[in-house]
Formats: sequence, structure tokens, C-alpha cells
Amino acid sequence: MPFGLPRGQIFRSASLKLAAVYGVLFALSSYALVFFLWWATNDLLNQQVEAAIVADAQVFANAWTDGGLPPIIMAINARLAEDIEDSAIYSLNGPQLQPLAGNLNHWPANVVQAQQFYEVRVVRDGVPVVAMVYAYNLQGGAHLLVGRDIKSRAQLKHLLPGTLLYATVVVLALALVGSLVVRGLFRRMVADVSSTAAAIARGELDRRVPHAGRGDEFDAMADAINNMLDRIGRLMDGVRQVSNAIAHDLRTPITRARARLEDAASHAGTEAELRAAVERAVADLDAVTSVFQALLRIAEIEAGSRRSAFAELDLGPLLADLAELYAALAEDKGLTLTLRVPDTLPAYGDRDLVQQAVANLLDNAIKFSPSGGRITLAAEKIDGQVRLSVADQGPGIPEPDRMRATERFFRGEQARSTPGSGLGLALVQAVATLHEGTLLLEDSGPGLRATLVMRSMPPNPMPGHMKTGSSVPHGAATPTVAEPIH
Amino acid sequence: MRILLVEDDPTVAGFVAKGLREAGHVVEHSDNGRDGLFLAASETFDTIILDRMLPGGIDGIRLLETLRSQNNTTPVLVLSAMSQVDDRVAGLKAGGDDYLTKPFAFSELLARVEALTRRGKGDGPQTKLIVGDLEMDLLSRGVRRGGQKIDLQPREFRLLEYLMRHAGQVVTRTMLLEGVWDYHFDPQTNVIDVHVSRLRQKIDKPYPTPLIHTIRNAGYMLQPEAP
Repeated sequence: MPFGLPRGQIFRSASLKLAAVYGVLFALSSYALVFFLWWATNDLLNQQVEAAIVADAQVFANAWTDGGLPPIIMAINARLAEDIEDSAIYSLNGPQLQPLAGNLNHWPANVVQAQQFYEVRVVRDGVPVVAMVYAYNLQGGAHLLVGRDIKSRAQLKHLLPGTLLYATVVVLALALVGSLVVRGLFRRMVADVSSTAAAIARGELDRRVPHAGRGDEFDAMADAINNMLDRIGRLMDGVRQVSNAIAHDLRTPITRARARLEDAASHAGTEAELRAAVERAVADLDAVTSVFQALLRIAEIEAGSRRSAFAELDLGPLLADLAELYAALAEDKGLTLTLRVPDTLPAYGDRDLVQQAVANLLDNAIKFSPSGGRITLAAEKIDGQVRLSVADQGPGIPEPDRMRATERFFRGEQARSTPGSGLGLALVQAVATLHEGTLLLEDSGPGLRATLVMRSMPPNPMPGHMKTGSSVPHGAATPTVAEPIH
Repeated sequence: MRILLVEDDPTVAGFVAKGLREAGHVVEHSDNGRDGLFLAASETFDTIILDRMLPGGIDGIRLLETLRSQNNTTPVLVLSAMSQVDDRVAGLKAGGDDYLTKPFAFSELLARVEALTRRGKGDGPQTKLIVGDLEMDLLSRGVRRGGQKIDLQPREFRLLEYLMRHAGQVVTRTMLLEGVWDYHFDPQTNVIDVHVSRLRQKIDKPYPTPLIHTIRNAGYMLQPEAP
């Protein structure tokens, strides 16, 4: 048993069930087809017989108008003489049903009504047959009967049971073969997936579901599973990398704090020295705490749980407030902070997180700008997206480092001498991803332009959202003239 | 002031209780939710410092909700090792007046506790704030020191208003960031210091005695005499 299915549970096997369902459906549809064909053929034969009877009757009717009974009798005899199929039945009887012409010994007892089809047993030329007949009353009291022997239909009827028996055998054989094929396909697919899953459970994390290359549903499923495994793999790599980085980056301040405390415990001469050492150690530990805080926050954002706090917000006043908060700091360092943001700029997101992301970008810009530099905080709406950018005239990030700049704890060569944890851009990146947006790091020649791209509208506008969303005059949001803030 | 401390960790509880007593407060301590709820409901306190995670079946949030359902309006500061924003919101929703994440600096805790008790007294609507020779008219939004008019930017006005409302108390940078700017994140740089220093230029520099004092390792305090 390739799937480890216990022998007793064979009837619970999904592949067997699938095969059985296939077999039953195949048999049922085959029978339905046979019956339909038989019924259609039968119907066609009936129609042919009726058409022939009507045609004959027309001929006799013409003869009657030509001259009464004698021409009909002649016509009947002529017809009987040339009846190659040996199936025509005619009978012309007088008013008391005495036979005048035709090939019937006597008028069939059942036929009492004219102008109506009857299926009756008659004796034709001394041979009993089943016939379809039609009677006419002629002027003058004579009766005319036109009919056809329907032995071919009777033969067809007799043929059916035999045919059905053979068909049943063939259908069952085909159903069985088909079931086996279906079962095999199903099992192969499930076997691929389950053996891959089992391998991954054993620790072979790079195993993937084989791809048959036929581009069918099974391939699509294999692709979906493989994509999921790839994503899990990337996440696990990320976790591994982050935990290594945490261990490495936190070791330094913890070691420092430990050294200070141990040194103070054994060498501090005065209480003031001891107190100073303890205070510095507390500051070191505070730094450790803030790194943890930042890491937890990034993890929280990446987990996506904060999407519940999403709401429509106006970036105009939000960015103006942030610019006001940081303008003082920038000015202190001899920098100019310019705000280039429309008065109202509707967006959809988490207010606190957007504030924090922009604050991080402004922090960085101020930290890395040389004195006299210019920082621009700009925002605009392009194609339904909001682009929020902070540009500085600092050293920028060298091209090779840009990809890694948003990794946790990554610090470029130039950043190593400045204070910081290397988590600022990682947080901005996490915020961007949460908002289904991106963080672009570009050369603003000279300097760095960090652009946070995010949605300006909720992904699926709900009726409640539409109300506020549509009441904002998008066209009216014109950028204000750039002016430095004091 | 009478403060109830509900905290199960003996080290943290001892450290907080000692600090509060040194600051001149009377501290009752309970190390589980059941006793904490009993004390909080049966006695009168000026403030309750409440840990979120407590042994004994009743955690901090449950305790707080029970207390509030009995119309007990004692100001509560929630302490928690959980820093996620949703946890903060949950703490405030349950009826907490302030929320502080562990680990914390004692000065931050003390400043927040003292700010809470001030709020708890409920002075009623004020139209004028006066500290020493500094006057703020909340209706006309005018500020005078020694009778001399001082022009302030709107944000500087709100910063000064916050400091004056908490005159004589230590106000931390985080409290200012939350109270004046309504930001709930930790800026890596000293943005608040720059704004306070600008305010100082206007209300302290031209006058012989400073009103805004820097409290080392804690924050700022606005009062007529040096602390």
C-alpha cells in the first residue's frame, strides 16, 4: 500500500471511491445512450410506415375520383404485383365488409373507426403478421384499408435484449478500465504530494512536488503547493537570519553593560564612580530594550494583525504635523526641511504606522545630512497610488547596499559611525508591505530619496467607505507651493 | 498619596514600592488579582498601578473591568510586558487611564502616576493657568510673563499648556510626545528636546529666573523655583 492505508480500510480509499463513481456514471450514461438510440430508431420507423400508408391512400383516392371502385381494384392489384418489399397490405371491402380486392382474408375485427392508425394482428396471404393499418370509408358504403407489415420494427424489438446484453458486457469492461485509469491518475497525483509532504516532514526542506509539464490542473496544484513551500522557506530563512542578527547585535551592548557592572563591582573606588557605572549600564540595557521593542513592532507589523486599524486618513495634515515636529530638529542642525504636500491627500492605512514610517525616514535624513543640506518631504497621488518621499542631500546609499538596506540590522559603511540600530528602514519596509505598497530607495543626486508607495483607497471599497471616499474631491488636491518651514 | 500596586513580580514590585515611598507616597501592595481586586474595591486609593498578567485567576484586564463596572473611577495605570498596539488599546478600553510597557524607567512611572492623580482630582474647566509670574489665558490664547506678552506658535502654546497643567510634576519626553503631538512611537532622536529648548528661548531666556527645568534621566518640570 503506497499510502500506508491499512488493509481493512481499503473501501475508505478515496481513489477507489473515485473509480467507482466513474464506473457507475459511465455505465449509466452508456445505457441512457443505447435506450435513446433505440427509441429514436423506433420512432423513425413508425414515421416511415405512416408516410407510406398516407402516400398509398393518396393514389387510391385519385383512382376513386377517376371512376369509382374498378380503378381502385386495378390499382390495388397493380400495387400488390410490384410490392418488392413484400410488406404492403390492402383490403377493399364492400358495405357488409365482404372482400372485393386485396391481400387480407377478412377485415380485421379491431378496426372499427375510419381515419385512424391501428396496430393489429392480421392474416396476410395466409400468413399472420403484425401490421399498422389505416381505414377509409368510401362513398357508396365501401371500405378501404391501407397498411404495412411492421415486422422490421418487431425484429428491432427482439434485437434489443441481445444487444443490451452485449453492450452491458462492453460497458462494464470499459467502465472498469476507465476506473483503473482514473484511479491511477488520482493516486499518482496524491502520491506526489504526499511523498513530498512526508519528505519535508522528515526535514528535506528543499523537496518540491514534481511537475508533469502538461499544464493541467494537477500541475497548477503542484505549482500552488510549491509556491507555498517556497514562501515558507523564505520566511524561515528570514527568521533564521534575524535570530542570528539579534544574537549578534545584542551581544555587544549586553557585553558592555556586563563589563561595566563587573568592573564597577570590583574596582569602583567611590560611590559616585559606582553610581556612574550603574547608570551607564542602565543606558546600555535601555538600548537593548529599544532594539527589542523595534523588533517586536516590525514582527507585529509583518504578521499583518494591524490591518484592523486601517482607516481612511488625510496625509495632508498628518505630514504637515510631522514636518513641523522635525523642522525644529533639522533647523538646529543647519538643515532646511521643505514640505511639498497637498493640503488634503486621502489615503488608506494605519495612522500610527504611517507616522512612524515617515518619522523614521525623516530621522535618517536628518542624521545623514551634512550641515546646510536640504530635506524634502513630498507626497502626491499618481494613478490611484500615494507616493510619499523623503529626499536628502547626504551620502545616499551605494547601489550594492540598497537591496540590503531594508534588512534588519543592516548598516552601511557610512552608517556605522552614527548611532542607530539598523532597524529604521526595516520598519518602513514592513509598513510599506502591510499597506500593499513598496519602499523605493533611489539616488536623488546627491543624496537619497526614499519613497513609500501605498494605496490611496481601500482595496475593496465597501459602501460605508465609499461615502467618505467619494466625497473627497480628488481633483481639488493641488500641491502647495514649496516653502520652507520655520 | 495612597497608591495600590498590583504586581506579582517581587523584584519589580519591591523596586516600584520603594521608589514611590521615597517620593512621599503611601503604597499598598498585592501580588495577585484576587487580593488586588478586594483591596481596590474595599478601600480608597488615589491611583492604582496594575500589572496586566497576574496569577490567581483574575488578570489585570478582568480586575479593571470589574472595578469599572462597580463605578469605581480611581485612575489606573496599566503595566504590561506586551507592547503591541492592540494590547495598549485593550488596556485603555477596559478602563485604564494610562499604559506603560515593561521594562520602564522608574522616573517615567512616577511622572505618569503623578500626572494621573492630578487628572483624577478633576479641577473643572479652567480658563486661566498661572505658574509663578507666567499666565496663560486659555480663552484668548494669550501668554504673559511678568505682564509682558509672549508670542507663541500654536504647537508651542500646546506644549506650554501641557507643562503648565502639570506644573510641579516631572513630565517625560514620551508624555509630551503623546500629550502634545498625539504620537505613539519612540523617535530615535531628541526631537522633543529641540521643541522644549525653543519654548525656553521665549519664556525663560529674557527673564532672570527659569521656569522650565530639566530633570536628569527623566524629563522636564515647570515650576517657579528650582527643584
